Amino acid sequence: MAASGPPRDGDAASRPMIEIVDLQKTFGENKVLTGINLKVPVGSTCVILGGSGSGKTVLMKHMIGLLKPDSGKVIIDGEDIVPLGVEDLQRVRGKFGMVFQAAALFDSMTVFENVAFPLREHTRLSEDELYAKVRAKLDLMGLKREVESKFPSDLSGGMRKRVGLARAVVLDPKIVLYDEPTTGLDPITTDYVDEMILAAQKGLGVTSVVISHDISSAFNVADQIAFLSKGVIVENGTPEQLRESQQPAVKVFLETWFGKN
Amino acid sequence: MTTQTPTKPAREPGMFTQAVAGFGKGLIDVVSTIGGVVTLGLDVARWSVRRPYRLQNLFAQLDFVGVGSIFIVGLTGLFTGMVFALQTSEAFRLFDAESLVGPTVALTLTRELAAVFSALMVTMRAGSAMCTELGTMRVTEQVDALETMAVNPVQYLLVPRVLAGLVMVPMLTILFSTAGMSGAYFVAVTGLGISPGTFLTRTQQWLEPADVYEGVIKGAVFGLAVALICCYKGFNASGGAKGVGQATTEAMVASALSIFILDFLVGLILH
Repeated sequence: MAASGPPRDGDAASRPMIEIVDLQKTFGENKVLTGINLKVPVGSTCVILGGSGSGKTVLMKHMIGLLKPDSGKVIIDGEDIVPLGVEDLQRVRGKFGMVFQAAALFDSMTVFENVAFPLREHTRLSEDELYAKVRAKLDLMGLKREVESKFPSDLSGGMRKRVGLARAVVLDPKIVLYDEPTTGLDPITTDYVDEMILAAQKGLGVTSVVISHDISSAFNVADQIAFLSKGVIVENGTPEQLRESQQPAVKVFLETWFGKN
Repeated sequence: MTTQTPTKPAREPGMFTQAVAGFGKGLIDVVSTIGGVVTLGLDVARWSVRRPYRLQNLFAQLDFVGVGSIFIVGLTGLFTGMVFALQTSEAFRLFDAESLVGPTVALTLTRELAAVFSALMVTMRAGSAMCTELGTMRVTEQVDALETMAVNPVQYLLVPRVLAGLVMVPMLTILFSTAGMSGAYFVAVTGLGISPGTFLTRTQQWLEPADVYEGVIKGAVFGLAVALICCYKGFNASGGAKGVGQATTEAMVASALSIFILDFLVGLILH
């Protein structure tokens, strides 16, 4: 368990890598985010926990500039990305790696080509250097040499997630975003994915943001958990602090897990 | 004692109101799609002149859209020319003017049919594949993945496809005309007994370079329109497999309609 107790909002012990200030987003008449405030310190793992339809994925897409808010700020590594244009956003996105819910691997490419893709796009490495770098990341994720030439459709869900993470960290980003990394996986593979997230944080020193509704997984990997309900963060703190929360939405949600275990 | 005034139940909209509402919605959808396609076209133009130039992707699309369509376009052209020669010869025989079969087929093919049929074939073969592939990439978050990797999806995915449509459909138009004229020659000379000299000389007399240019210009316009529409529909697909299927259907209908509408408009401008 990696509950090292990061500072809560307002504690300025460390500069936040990600800071969200009063973020609001509406789709049509549906108010999805109604005033999000969040700080994620450098090198920590923040899990954004909440039920389906609570706005978790929308919040994550704002962090990487895939969506523009109606109002509010999204400050990444000290820079507000909301007013940035396409070119500047591309520069900021270089700081990110993202692991998608269904991995989002390019199905026309092999595993090797998928992981090598960001390197081919953003570096001028020789083929040997490129291979060494891809191999190192695949090793970190426990993926053997035979997997390299396989296509995503030939892989299991867990393996796809691992390839997705290898691709996300191949450029050594400062921040890795995980969108529902354990959804649809069996308990053993879920544990493996949790270890993978911790390994990426410890081995690469990245700041991680994990979107999840998996309580067990959240408590396994989080330094900080923000609970999202009806478009606002109703509780934010260490896993222990969340466990003691008196917020009705948090209590009901956690009881579904801790009530039975 | 207080009395409550009964509230009047809301009236169901009549058939006329529903028809007007349906027409209005359809009109808004059409205008919105045209706006989206034009905006995407401007985006593609902007990104096509920026580095990095993705030649590998471009050649892959030129191969898929152009080289991959050679057989089907050639075959369609061959049979179109043969049928056209057969039908026109019947009519011209009434006036004892069979020598006009060659020029009639040549003018019809080069000015109109070659560009229209080639664009329709490319729409069915390559446009549907473009739309489905992009739609699947969109709903499986592969497009988002590109963006998160700081790769512009318009430049990476759409520019090569649109350029391939713009470049290859005019070439396929020329191929269609050539195959069509070959078919017409075969039917006219071997089947209908028109002398080869008459067929070729009359065709040369009537056919001008401007007729060929007209077909090529139309091919380029249709190729651009079809590629943009298919890319636009696929790129904006949503709602899983059903959404991709719906986007592809819409792309096919919109592409076919745009070919015929643009055929008239370009013809009007050129003449």
